[in-house]
Amino acid sequence: MPTLMREPAAGRFGDFGGRFVPESLVPACDALAAAFQDAWADPAFRAELDDLLAVYAGRPTPLTPARTLSAALGVELLLKREDLAHTGSHKINNVLGQGLLARRMCKRRIIAETGAGQHGVAAATAAALLGLEATIFMGERDIERQRLNVLRMTTLGATVVPVTTGSRTLKDATNEAMRAWVADVDGAHFLLGSVGGPHPYPWMVRELQRVIGEEARAQSPYVPDVVVACVGGGSNAAGTFAGFADTAARLVGVEAAGGAAMSSGRPGVVHGARSMVLQDAEGQVAEAESIAAGLDYPGIGPEHAFLGAAGRAEYHAVKDDEVIAAVRRLARDEGIICALESAHAVAWVLREAGGPLLPAGSRIVLTLSGRGDKDMATLEATA
Amino acid sequence: MSDLIEARDGKAVPPSTPEPARVATVAPQGRTLLVPYLTAGLTEDWTDYLLAVQAAGADAIEVGLPFSDPMLDGATIQQASDRALARGVTVASILQDLSRVRPQVRVPLIAFTYANLVFRPGAPEFCRRLAEAGVRGLIVPDLPLDEAAAVERAAAEAGVDLTLLVAPVTTDERLAEIVSRSRGYVYAISRMGTTGERAALASSAADLAARIKAAQQRSAPSHAASSAAPSATTSLAAPSRVESPAATAAGRNGASGARLPVLVGFGVSGPEQAVEAGRAGDGVVVGSALMRRVLDGATPADLGAEVAAMRAALDRADQEASADHASYAEISGHRG
Repeated sequence: MPTLMREPAAGRFGDFGGRFVPESLVPACDALAAAFQDAWADPAFRAELDDLLAVYAGRPTPLTPARTLSAALGVELLLKREDLAHTGSHKINNVLGQGLLARRMCKRRIIAETGAGQHGVAAATAAALLGLEATIFMGERDIERQRLNVLRMTTLGATVVPVTTGSRTLKDATNEAMRAWVADVDGAHFLLGSVGGPHPYPWMVRELQRVIGEEARAQSPYVPDVVVACVGGGSNAAGTFAGFADTAARLVGVEAAGGAAMSSGRPGVVHGARSMVLQDAEGQVAEAESIAAGLDYPGIGPEHAFLGAAGRAEYHAVKDDEVIAAVRRLARDEGIICALESAHAVAWVLREAGGPLLPAGSRIVLTLSGRGDKDMATLEATA
Repeated sequence: MSDLIEARDGKAVPPSTPEPARVATVAPQGRTLLVPYLTAGLTEDWTDYLLAVQAAGADAIEVGLPFSDPMLDGATIQQASDRALARGVTVASILQDLSRVRPQVRVPLIAFTYANLVFRPGAPEFCRRLAEAGVRGLIVPDLPLDEAAAVERAAAEAGVDLTLLVAPVTTDERLAEIVSRSRGYVYAISRMGTTGERAALASSAADLAARIKAAQQRSAPSHAASSAAPSATTSLAAPSRVESPAATAAGRNGASGARLPVLVGFGVSGPEQAVEAGRAGDGVVVGSALMRRVLDGATPADLGAEVAAMRAALDRADQEASADHASYAEISGHRG
C-alpha cells in the first residue's frame, strides 16, 4: 500500500504534499511533526485519546443500514454515523487529538480556521475541555450563512474573528489563521481542521481520523465493494479510506461541483502543500462556489491528489441541487438529517446506483460526516 | 563572493539573455541600501511610482507580483494585491509594463511573489519571463530552503537571483545553509509576523542581522572557493561600511571578503526605523509603509518624497557612522 498506512517521508505523497511555508513557520512545523510522531507512538497518549473518544465524543459511532434507500436503489448501503459524534461531526476526532498534543507541547492557545463552522465548533469544544484559549478565523460570508455555529463557538468561550479579505470563505480564513500562527508561533498551536496544509498536517489529521475507517471496517459484516465519503479538504474521506486501503474496496471521494479540485483543478501550491488546486491560467487561486460552506474550498488534501493520480481512489462531483435533494431524501427515507457536506456522498449514490459506476447489488459503506441542523436556514431558502 | 565580483565585471549575464538596460548598481562605499517594495499594477500609472522611487534614491526595487492568497502579507499588502488583481492585472501585463519602462530603469528590479505563480507556468518558464522583462531577482516567501532546489536551478539558468529569507527562529544550521544558497542578498525577516507597519522595530531584527553576518564571516573563504561557476546577480553589493573594527579584522580581503548584503525587512516604518534596520543589516526593505500611502492616494511625487526622506535619513546616519569610525581609527591606529 503506497500511502494511507504510513508516515510520508518528508511529507511527500508522490509528487504532492511537502511544506511550502514561510521560513518563520519551518521550525514550528518541524517541532509539531516530531511531537506528533512521539505522541502517536506513546501508549499513554493513545490511551488518553481513546478514552476521550469513548467517554466524551461517544465513539464508536454506529454503522447504520439504510434499509429503505437500499431497497429502493437495489444496493446495500451502510452509513457510518459521524453525525452522532459529539459536536455533530467527525471533526471531534481530530481536535481531541490535536488538543491533547497542543497541551503536551505546552501551548496555551489554539488557532483554527473554519468554513461551515463544524471544525470551529469542534476546536472550541476541545479548547474548552482541555483548558486552552481558542481563536477561530471564519470568513464573513460563512459567518452569515452559519450563524448557529458562530453562536455555538462563542458560547464555548472561543473568540471568532471575521475574515473580510478575498472571497471571505474558508480559503481566506485559512490564510488568516496561518498569519496569526506566524505571529504567535511559540504560544499557539495551529489546529488545522483537514488533511491539507504543510507537513505534518495531512499525515497527522489522517491518522487522527483513521478511527472512522477502522471502526467501519470492524463493524461491517463484509468488505464493501465501494467506500464513499464527501471531500472538501478531505479529512473524513482520508480517515474512512485509511480503514479500507488494504482491501479491494473501491475508494470514492465526492466533491462539490463548484469546488471540484480533483475534477477541475491543476497541480498547485496553496496553504503550504502541493496538491490539486482550482486556479486560473496564471496561478491565481479560484474561488470555489458551493452551497456547502465546508466544501467551499479550491484545494484538496495532497494525499487525495496522490491517490487520484495513482488510481487508488476515484473522485466525482455532484451539483448543489442534487445535494439538496439528497438531504431531503435521506431525511424522509431514513429519518436522518445530514449536513449538506455529507449529502454530497449520498447524492452520488442516489445518482449512480444501478449504473456502471455503482452496479445493482453493490455493497457500500458511506461516511455520513455530520448532521444537518446548521443547514436548516439554507434548506429553507431553497424550498 | 565571486558572483558579486563577476557582476562588477559585467560577466554574470548569460549570453542568451540580453543585457538589461539598467546598469549594474554597486552601492557607493559606506552607503546603507534602501530597497522599496511596490505592489505592481496597483494603479494604472504604477510604473510612475517605480521611477519616482528610483529617482528618490532607491538602490533596488522589489516589485510585488500580486497573488490571490498572500499568506505572509499583512492587511496593507493584501489590500494592495486585491486591488491590483481586481483591476485585472496579470503577471504578463506587469512584465509588459516593465518592458516598456525598461530603458529608464537603472536599478535592479526584484520580483516578490508566491510559489504558485512560479510553479503554474513552471519555474524555468517563469524565470525566463522575468529575465526577459529585465527583472534580475526573485523572492518567494512560501518557498523555504527544503522546497527551493528546482526554482534555484531555474533561476540560475535564467540569470535571475533567487534571494532566500531568514527568520528570527531559523536555527543556526539552516541559517548557514540559507546564507550559502541565497543570491543577490540575504533577506532578514525582522520579526515573527506578517508584513505591515509597526510602532517599533522588533529587537529580533538586530539579533538576526548579526547572526547572518557572523555566518557569512564563517563561511566566506570556503564559499568563495566553491562558487566558481558564474552565477546571476542582482548586483547589490554589501557596502564596505564597517560596523566595528573587529569586523574589519575578521577580514574582507579580495573576493573572499565580499559578502552578500543583508537586507532587513517586514514592519519597517518611517525614516527612524529605516535607520535602525539599516544599521542592523546592510540595508532595509520598506513595503507596507509606502503602499499604505499609495492606497491612501499618494501621487508618484508624494511617494518619491517619502523615499527621499528615508534616503536622507540613511545618508545622515551613514555619515555619522563613518565619522565615528574615522575617529575610532585615529585613536586605535586602525585604518581599514
